[in-house]
Amino acid sequence: MDMILIPAVNMAPILPEILLSVLAMILLLINVFVPGGKKSNLAYISFLGIIAAGVLVAIGWGAHIESFSGSVVLDNFATFFKMTFLVAAGLAVLISDSYMEREGCNHGELYPLILFSVVGMMLMASGTDLMTIFLGLEVMSVALYVLAGFNRGNKKSNEAGLKYFLLGAFSTGFMLYGMALIYGATGTTRLFKIAEVVGQMTLPTTNIMLVAGMLLMMTGFAFKIAAAPFHMWTPDVYEGAPTPMTAFMSAGPKAAGFAALLRIFLVALPTLQVEWSQVLWVLAVLTMTVGNITALRQDNIKRILAYSSIAHAGYALVGFTAGNGTGIAGILFYMLSYAFMNIGAFAIIILVTKKGETNGNVSDFAGLGFKHPLLALAMTLFLFSLAGVPPAAGFIGKFYLFSGAIQEGYIWLAVIGVLNSAASVYYYLRIMVYMYFKESTEEFEWVKVTAPIALAIVIAAVGTLIPGIVPSVILEYAQMAVKLI
Amino acid sequence: MENLNSYLIVSAVLFSIGTIGVLTRKNAIVMFMCIELMLNAVNLTFVAFSRYLGNLDGQIFVFFIMTVAAAEAAVGLALFISFYNNKESIDVDDANLMKW
Repeated sequence: MDMILIPAVNMAPILPEILLSVLAMILLLINVFVPGGKKSNLAYISFLGIIAAGVLVAIGWGAHIESFSGSVVLDNFATFFKMTFLVAAGLAVLISDSYMEREGCNHGELYPLILFSVVGMMLMASGTDLMTIFLGLEVMSVALYVLAGFNRGNKKSNEAGLKYFLLGAFSTGFMLYGMALIYGATGTTRLFKIAEVVGQMTLPTTNIMLVAGMLLMMTGFAFKIAAAPFHMWTPDVYEGAPTPMTAFMSAGPKAAGFAALLRIFLVALPTLQVEWSQVLWVLAVLTMTVGNITALRQDNIKRILAYSSIAHAGYALVGFTAGNGTGIAGILFYMLSYAFMNIGAFAIIILVTKKGETNGNVSDFAGLGFKHPLLALAMTLFLFSLAGVPPAAGFIGKFYLFSGAIQEGYIWLAVIGVLNSAASVYYYLRIMVYMYFKESTEEFEWVKVTAPIALAIVIAAVGTLIPGIVPSVILEYAQMAVKLI
Repeated sequence: MENLNSYLIVSAVLFSIGTIGVLTRKNAIVMFMCIELMLNAVNLTFVAFSRYLGNLDGQIFVFFIMTVAAAEAAVGLALFISFYNNKESIDVDDANLMKW
């Protein structure tokens, strides 16, 4: 009888994933024995776990290890994105506890679900096989569907979960069909081999299966990163989901979508760059414009940030359209700083809103600057960063994205981007006008700054400010990460 | 396998039926069934290519798709139930609290 040979597998590239998934399973078990009111212990344990995973990820910096017969790789690109996901998850865990307590849905399953979705994101960033990337995407998405509908008693949260699930599964169908067609056209699912096969084709653009597969796959990922015209779910899901999960969803999965998109298109389909960058050009312009123009007319602050997150996906797509070192490094930098500034802004929204989020409108921020000057100051920093005003990190990120586009000759794209960025200042400033120039009608006596949220806001503020003043602390790493692709 | 095209046509037709179903139906469960139809059309494409190319990668992919579809179904139906508990309906037209 033939022996079944088990191939030697190097576990090193997925150590952080193993740590987080084991921890998540243990937490699920512990959760059963933790009495109802004490779920914050789970938050602390998962925060420590995220830090430990961060240490493991940081140790892997500079390595280049392929494992699982070339379907997973540990390189600087993956490491940089893994750090981004861990930052998003860590901040989300910190701001979750008191919110969930207040809304009466403090179930312990929240933290394992966050960890599982981070594992999925990490696999997306390090996968070099369509199969791994698809599995990572689904591990992430299935956990996120639950997180969006986590507040079971709340009708808006139910609706958010339902919409996110139906549209997410729908878009997965398109992406899978694209993957199937690419498999049919090239005979493999390994990204490197796809690149080889496509490189040897005499006229790859006339291969209908390949081009259709590429476009279908792009549709699926455009949905995940909330690019127009596949953005319709975003405002509803972001408004309805519990606020800490909205913060997490706007930072983590968007970065993961970009990681997988960059990896697939730059590694497997560089031969078709001229073609796909034209498609991305249109997507980038549409996404920025739709996001910003619709945000101008919104009153609910979570919806404003949802549309602004669409616009930010558009800015990142500008860098992707350029496809050069500057633009791609700009995306990496921008995704990390976006995680800091956006989650920071959501942390303050959590503090200012009441139970049930009955006061989620911009006008409810009136007078916050006088009652809680520090909170308003932090909010101002995050909003300036989102608008792209120096010295915040958002400015540096946009600067690199747009200069990448200019280097490649996409002058008009950069012009449209800058005009959009200028238009976006209106709705960010509107929040500040309410905070500082309107009489307050409220005393904000319900605002209770707990230690974890304060820590999250401080971390987010540092993460927004330092890279804005000394960009090289992060940008150097981003540039090193891009080199290997 | 000379008739690869006929398999591809069947799966493309199935995929289109699924897509049209998702876009036109209003019942969340029926929409989800149409999504499953799309996924199975993809599975058929993978298996047909795999057999045609003499390469097992596609069939392994199908196993993963089926597993993931099962996990998705579990989560999705749970979400439908919690929606139904609050709304007494699983018509997606009733998911209308948030607009624009």
